[in-house]
Amino acid sequence: MSAPLLKVENLDVFYGSIHALKGVSFEVNQGEVVSLIGANGAGKTTTLRAISGIVPCNGQLHFKDQNLKTVSTFRRVGLGIAQSPEGRGVFPQMSVLENLEMGAYSRNDAAGIKKDLEMCLELFPRMKERLAQMAGTLSGGEQQMLAISRALMAKPQLLLLDEPSLGLAPLIVAQIFDIVKKLNQEGMTILLVEQNARMALKISHRAYVLECGRMIMQDTAQNLLNNDVVRKSYLGV
Amino acid sequence: MQDFVQHLINGVSLGSIYALIALGYTMVYGILKMINFAHSDVYMVGAFAAYYFARWIGIENDPGLSTLLTLIVVSMICCSLLGLVIERLAYRPLRNSPKLNVLITAIGVSLFLEYSGQVVFGADPKVFPEVMKDFVIFSIGNVEVRSFDVTVLVVGLLAMLALQFLLFKTKIGRAMRAVSANPMVASLMGVNPDRIIAFTFVVGSSLAGVGSVLVGMKYPKIDPLMGMMIGLKAFVAAVLGGIGNVGGAVLGAMIMGLSEEMVVAYLSSTYRDALAFGILIVILIFKPAGLLGKYSVEKV
Repeated sequence: MSAPLLKVENLDVFYGSIHALKGVSFEVNQGEVVSLIGANGAGKTTTLRAISGIVPCNGQLHFKDQNLKTVSTFRRVGLGIAQSPEGRGVFPQMSVLENLEMGAYSRNDAAGIKKDLEMCLELFPRMKERLAQMAGTLSGGEQQMLAISRALMAKPQLLLLDEPSLGLAPLIVAQIFDIVKKLNQEGMTILLVEQNARMALKISHRAYVLECGRMIMQDTAQNLLNNDVVRKSYLGV
Repeated sequence: MQDFVQHLINGVSLGSIYALIALGYTMVYGILKMINFAHSDVYMVGAFAAYYFARWIGIENDPGLSTLLTLIVVSMICCSLLGLVIERLAYRPLRNSPKLNVLITAIGVSLFLEYSGQVVFGADPKVFPEVMKDFVIFSIGNVEVRSFDVTVLVVGLLAMLALQFLLFKTKIGRAMRAVSANPMVASLMGVNPDRIIAFTFVVGSSLAGVGSVLVGMKYPKIDPLMGMMIGLKAFVAAVLGGIGNVGGAVLGAMIMGLSEEMVVAYLSSTYRDALAFGILIVILIFKPAGLLGKYSVEKV
């Protein structure tokens, strides 16, 4: 088997004196959906932030055999890592179209950008009706769709999704997870961070369980769905 | 009535000068959430740069459009370089410091420029070169439309349109607005926030450069403290319109220019400066976000 697309080893992150991540290691292979699940404050978002370079970290980060720690935050997008951040982070005073164009900021291939824009609009038809609307006026679900399509506009090889289900109605969550699944079937590698463990495990190949900054479990998603500890702590069964 | 129209013209002309300077305050605030108190002194340095350049190449007694444009370009270049240096040396090292540190630094840079100006340029006022002839273009009754006012208005308008184009029609303008909204998310899109912030200082400072030459033309006496009062008024204009909001800065500046002109005309010129700060107090009490400013609500 070839080397993993993303390899994280012994990741340590401190917020001041708080030790938020304690030696977390995991990997994501090409074509997989991998989930990080865990409770509030377990370090899921921090892990994604360290991968994107928004928070400083100790440990090893390798993407396609390249040492990510030598690459500044804004260059990691160009390497192929795009993130849809927690809380969506759409630019509220910019139109939907401008938000999408911002997603493609690191690219210069006008034709390719145009093609990906059409692809995104096909994936999320609701965006099409709202292209000229300010992103701040969209509903929460629409903003989430916008955040995901904005990340897709960077044409990433690895898509980081941070809590796409946060604060959304179950119907919208199901829609969004359908689309995540579809993206993966079309070849996208996805690292998903979720509190909604059931939804996440259903569409993932493998998953890791984080607790208080430590990786306490890893297995295939199917095994974790049947694991007693996981069922009790995270699935509420 | 004719008097009123005349005051209207003067007020709009004054307002466009305030607008050019207010835009620099509001843009830097929009992107860094700090008041760049040194902005008015960048404007002062621009005026001196134009003054010395005009003397150096010998166009100080050669009024005309080419002189005006040359001096504007020179002043813009000097101001943007100075803005860039200030950002790099004074503000960037404090990017993650508490707001108060940055504020005090800004005041420090401002004082540094004002008093270095007195050492380098001398404290006595200098006569700004005659950039253009002031003549009456046309008059209706007693209302005179003078070339200075038209020039100020046209140049100011062109500069503001250029800014509008930059912000809303170009890729870098989009990145500026994105960094202003959320620098962290913008860097996730591949934007280098440091570079965008530096560019914002360049744009804001060069607008102040345009303003400095227009003021030098209209009130041809420059000294190292010339930025203080006009800077404060432009700052009030930016707050009045809603600081961080580009359209608001222009609106606020026009209101400031017009009301100042009207107060001088119909009340007393004693109240000229009191008015500006009266407006500031009123706006802070009744509409602290400014006329066009909004408290943004984020959906969670």
